Amino acid sequence: MTASLSVDGRVDRSGFSLSLTATVAPGEVLGVLGPNGAGKSTLLRALAGLLPLTAGSIRLGKTLLDDASNDIWVPAEQRPVGIVFQDYRLFPHLDVRDNVAFAPRSRGAGRADSRRAAQHWVDRLDLADLATRRPSQLSGGQAQRVALARALAADPALLLLDEPLAALDARTRLDVRSTLRQHLADFAGPVVVVTHDPLEAMVLADRLLVLEGGRVVQQGTPASVARHPATDYVARLVGLNLYAGRLDSLSGEVTLDGGGRLVATLTPEANPADGRVLVALSPAAISVHITPLDHTSMRNVWRGRVAGLELLGDRVRVEVEAEPAAIVDITAAALTDLALERGSDVWLAAKATETVAYPETGG
Amino acid sequence: MTTGRGPVAPEERRRRRVARERRTGRAVPWPLAVPAALAVLFLLVPLGAMLLRTPWTSLARILDEGTVLEALRLSLLCATAATAVSFVVGVPLAWVLARARFRGLSLLRALVTLPLVLPPVVGGVALLLAFGRLGVVGRYLDLWFGFTLPFTTLGVIVAEAFVAMPFLVVTVEGAFRSLDRGYEEAAATLGASRFTTFRRVTLALVGPSLVAGSVLCWARALGEFGATITFAGNFPGRTQTMPLAVYLAMESDPDVAIALSLVLLLVAVAVLALLRDRWLRTGSTL
Repeated sequence: MTASLSVDGRVDRSGFSLSLTATVAPGEVLGVLGPNGAGKSTLLRALAGLLPLTAGSIRLGKTLLDDASNDIWVPAEQRPVGIVFQDYRLFPHLDVRDNVAFAPRSRGAGRADSRRAAQHWVDRLDLADLATRRPSQLSGGQAQRVALARALAADPALLLLDEPLAALDARTRLDVRSTLRQHLADFAGPVVVVTHDPLEAMVLADRLLVLEGGRVVQQGTPASVARHPATDYVARLVGLNLYAGRLDSLSGEVTLDGGGRLVATLTPEANPADGRVLVALSPAAISVHITPLDHTSMRNVWRGRVAGLELLGDRVRVEVEAEPAAIVDITAAALTDLALERGSDVWLAAKATETVAYPETGG
Repeated sequence: MTTGRGPVAPEERRRRRVARERRTGRAVPWPLAVPAALAVLFLLVPLGAMLLRTPWTSLARILDEGTVLEALRLSLLCATAATAVSFVVGVPLAWVLARARFRGLSLLRALVTLPLVLPPVVGGVALLLAFGRLGVVGRYLDLWFGFTLPFTTLGVIVAEAFVAMPFLVVTVEGAFRSLDRGYEEAAATLGASRFTTFRRVTLALVGPSLVAGSVLCWARALGEFGATITFAGNFPGRTQTMPLAVYLAMESDPDVAIALSLVLLLVAVAVLALLRDRWLRTGSTL
């Protein structure tokens, strides 16, 4: 059951080519980030068996799913791969229970047996109350859970998610993101999540793979990709400081796991019982100063030392060792004015309104 | 006469403006209204004339005659059988036309939908040449099995299916073609074979069109005249369906013809009502 996924291949489509080498370990969540047309969907379709590779191979554990040179291709219906489509694609003529029971039923189980198999996932994803509803009667978040339950009920060895949160409105997205994270953590096999939303990728994924124009431009942990973006696109996309911590709901102050404190603005949903939150802070929202800030309206001011400088097109990304450590984007002119270099002592400042706290998980 | 343009309250002004907009929004320009009214008259006057001339007093007696009921029974039976045949082979054909890719597909599509535009009498002649006792295929049916189609009830069903099946095929093919393929992909990723997907997803999703196509096919079969009389003849109780009976009665006893026509009109109205209530309003594609 717990086999790792390895892809080394190329897909040519009219005027477009995707080529990629990647491995995803069992239990690991790989986030595939990229702009529209980067080849993210093509990758998922190739993994799911909806599109054959032009060259190379896809392997799941010892099983060869696709091998262009040996003319091996396992079609979608025979692959142990579950996929949650961006638009969910729940069967409109079946109720929630029968949607979830679709995979066991397709494998030849009787109606009663497949419903029993489905029941496990219906309960697991908290869908029992909705079991007799049609997809048209579900909210976006509910439909997303049904789609996940339906994919998991097939007992896949590899799970794929295509823009899992894109179809949801901003409010539901937060809730769903945290529950989704939990469910992905429970899944034993490799998971590939495709998204164009950096926050989504950083919250859901253990490792990021950034695609641009059909090529992998960067791979690594969310933190390393954010600190050392390989291209300007990656820098703009993944430029985000993300901290886990515990919220004091009275003061609105978050004590960060990695040291330091930040005063954050809470999203409406962000008041979890256990106080666990994620704090997101854009590198452009932090200002860098070379003298202490005595009189400032900024709620967050902290001291650090420049650990690295990286030129990103018209901006410079400054890596600051501090509590909390941060990446900060400044203009090239500001760099000259401040005369920053490695080892410079700096003071960082950020408004509480730009420091946003989200609940960490659903449970 | 109060034509003075005194000060008008704002609410009153708004009310008038809204009323005027509503009037202009609804107005139909006369170059469209007049022909449209003519069309309505043209379509409804003959039906009205039939109702006017219906021998209401002797209606029960006429309809009670054995021949009428027999023709009606035969019509319903043959139309239903022809629809069943069309469904069993026509739906797979529609799927092939919508989904398969091979050389000559568009030619095939044109050929199999030819009966839509072919005069039914020509269809009857063609059927005779194929399945007649001396026909290309019929010769061997007779020789090997001692079995002939023309001038039998089975022949009626064949003639009706020949003419009516394209209605079902065209309707259902359109539905297959416009169906979101994403559902079928989703079914495949859940382990459903192509046929399971067809059975459990595709067919269910085009359900409304299956019903609409079947009803269209059935109505066309019920009204079939030319191919039937050419291929199956006009034998009461065996091949004489309602339209044939109407035509024959028109020569001898117009009252009977009118009564029979009234029955067919009622059936048509019932079909329309069924389609409208069950499927048309839900926005399905016909």
